[in-house]
Amino acid sequence: MGYNYDWKAVVSTQSTGMGYNYDWKIEEAQKNILRTHTTAVSAKMLYQLGQQKEFTPTKLFSIDRVFRNETLDATHLAEFHQIEGVVADRNLTLGHLIGVLSAFFKKLGLEKLKFKPAYNPYTEPSMEIFSYHPGLKKWVEIGNSGMFRPEMLLPMGIPSDVNVIAWGLSLERPTMIKYGINNIRELIGPKVNLNMVQENPICRLDKV
Amino acid sequence: MPTITVTRDVLYEKLGRSYTNEEFEDECFDFGIELDDVVEENSVTKFKIDIPANRYDLLCVEGLARSLNVFRQRCGVPKFIVKEATERIVIDESVSCVRPYCVAAILRNIKFTEEVYNSFILLQDKLHQNIGRERSLVSIGTHDLDTIQGPFKYQALPPQDIRFHPLNQSSVMSAPEMFELFRQTYLKPYLQILDGCPVYPLITDANGVVLSLPPIINGEHSKITLNTQNVLIEVTAKDREKCKIVLDTICTMFSEHCADKYTCEAVEIVAMSTGNKSTTPKMAYRTENCSAKQMCMKSGITDLSPGNVADLLTRMHLPSKADGDMVSVEVGPTRHDILHQCDIEEDIAIAYGFNNIPKQIPNLYTIGTEQEVNKLTDSVREEVARAGFTEVLTFSLCSRDDISNSLRIPKAIDKAVLIANPKTFEFQVVRTLLLPGILKTVSCNRKMPLPLKIFEIGDVVLKNEDEETGCKNYRQVCALYCGKTSGFEVVHGLLDRLMMALNEENYSIQQSSDPMFFSGRGADVIHGNKKIGHMGILHPEVLENFDIVLPCSILEIDLGPLV
Repeated sequence: MGYNYDWKAVVSTQSTGMGYNYDWKIEEAQKNILRTHTTAVSAKMLYQLGQQKEFTPTKLFSIDRVFRNETLDATHLAEFHQIEGVVADRNLTLGHLIGVLSAFFKKLGLEKLKFKPAYNPYTEPSMEIFSYHPGLKKWVEIGNSGMFRPEMLLPMGIPSDVNVIAWGLSLERPTMIKYGINNIRELIGPKVNLNMVQENPICRLDKV
Repeated sequence: MPTITVTRDVLYEKLGRSYTNEEFEDECFDFGIELDDVVEENSVTKFKIDIPANRYDLLCVEGLARSLNVFRQRCGVPKFIVKEATERIVIDESVSCVRPYCVAAILRNIKFTEEVYNSFILLQDKLHQNIGRERSLVSIGTHDLDTIQGPFKYQALPPQDIRFHPLNQSSVMSAPEMFELFRQTYLKPYLQILDGCPVYPLITDANGVVLSLPPIINGEHSKITLNTQNVLIEVTAKDREKCKIVLDTICTMFSEHCADKYTCEAVEIVAMSTGNKSTTPKMAYRTENCSAKQMCMKSGITDLSPGNVADLLTRMHLPSKADGDMVSVEVGPTRHDILHQCDIEEDIAIAYGFNNIPKQIPNLYTIGTEQEVNKLTDSVREEVARAGFTEVLTFSLCSRDDISNSLRIPKAIDKAVLIANPKTFEFQVVRTLLLPGILKTVSCNRKMPLPLKIFEIGDVVLKNEDEETGCKNYRQVCALYCGKTSGFEVVHGLLDRLMMALNEENYSIQQSSDPMFFSGRGADVIHGNKKIGHMGILHPEVLENFDIVLPCSILEIDLGPLV
């Protein structure tokens, strides 16, 4: 409960600079929704980190299901999976985020990367990551990332010199690009062809 | 992310040069916007550009070109002037229950060409859609000031008392008549905003002419034409902050077309109930004083002097001056997205170029580990696959019947979490069993050779009063055998094999009368005195409900107690 009330102060008033000037209501915050991104759970984990007596540098990851009430079409479903990574340490910088992303995507076989300024309500700065797809001959967005805003971390009890960098991508989209699948229902759900499951070779990302 | 459409040649003229599509794409990329598509409309080339959701100042060609020109140092940051008010709007108490806030401004001696007029309409559309949340929070009305007479009144009246000549209609009508007329048009969602309100808000002038009925539509009488020279902009809202931002945005964007460039005229706002007087637009400027060194630290930039930092910020439409290490940054009415220091820090990094920042790997040593339930899941997955079952991955949302009536267990719906706003009936509830997804997979894969052996390991959700959310996830495994015979011994064998692999001796099976199964062929799986799952030959009705023609046996257990 204490955590919620701190947030109300942050959002409604000018306690941390300009503030959001928004009439925050706890009833709205308590409504249950199926999470639209795994960052919701990362935030919970960071809160637990902030409640520790002493801060310890931490790296977290998750790969799990998210839900969006969107129009369904060949590439969009009501549920899909997100991959998320979080690093929390003192004095992390945007340079560190770029470094981690370069190492992470290199493991997935993507080395030619470009970073574009973006916007997320909870990160500032935010970056979209693009990779050059030699088959499609164009730059394709492969992920989203950023540093969490101080007003999100400070009420959690995270020390002010700690920066938290995070990034995320969907699981389905890169898989569809890699295997040349055009309809997401061929990848997840009851309509998946079981022959495909049985005959598809082992995924070997480091083998070109 | 909002997308705006701009005419390519108009944009290039404002930018003072033309680009190839690739060159312009690169220019956009580094600035943080994206050229999404190039289309031909009536043989005019138009760009569809993705704009970040918090940049209201980039939602029209005027703002976009201005920001890009400042970024490329072709021009300085304009300073906006607000002239003293000559008109006033009186706000009546009656609006406080329906749409309490109203602000206004006047643009004098504005020159409308067809291009400018279209851009004016498009900006209002974008603001309505995004920050206005489809007009429910904020809506805009624009009027030819010379056709109306102040002082103006913002009040709310019972619908039947309102008579109004809506835009593009041929006659005056009552509000209820207007609602009937518009119910089948694109205005329908906006009518719904006023559903159930005893009074409707409206703005009238000194002669009783109705200017607009927010959030629905403006009046025909005061409509803007290419000959309009003086514009009254009124913004009504349920959110005070967003109301101000919208008005500031329209004024800063379109005052460039006024004879006195970048100047707009204030309007006095009087609250009738309190007598409180204020003027709008606010067009506020504030100065943030920040340490250059501290701001650069977060980005990992080490080679900028405070003077460099000030130059970069000025290019980002934040005029700045350095004094020693301190930089004073002017945040004006076009940058409502700048809330705190981190927003300014990001702009420094953007101007420096994200792709110019040197890469570093965090210098920290941590020991990694998996969650126990996931470790167990991976092990169980291997064991079940080794037993010859093919893994599937199905949806966690399904229909109400999928987890109750179709399985002959109608009461099971009581334990389920229901979706309040499903888009289709396939996604009405969160699954309480993995079985429905497995059965649908069998039904969709009839051509597979027999016997068909499939399994899934995943989460189901059941109501649980002890949890903050009122429900809890349970990790379950469900395996199915489908063939010419029922294969009960196969799924029983799988259960035994799994328990042996997990070194669990303390389990048993007890015959049950679960309606899901063939009479006498269903059992509960018991572990340490508690039921952790069930197993059996599926009842023919269940098979029929899922369109399966061959006998099936299934096993489904909760892995939680085995972790």
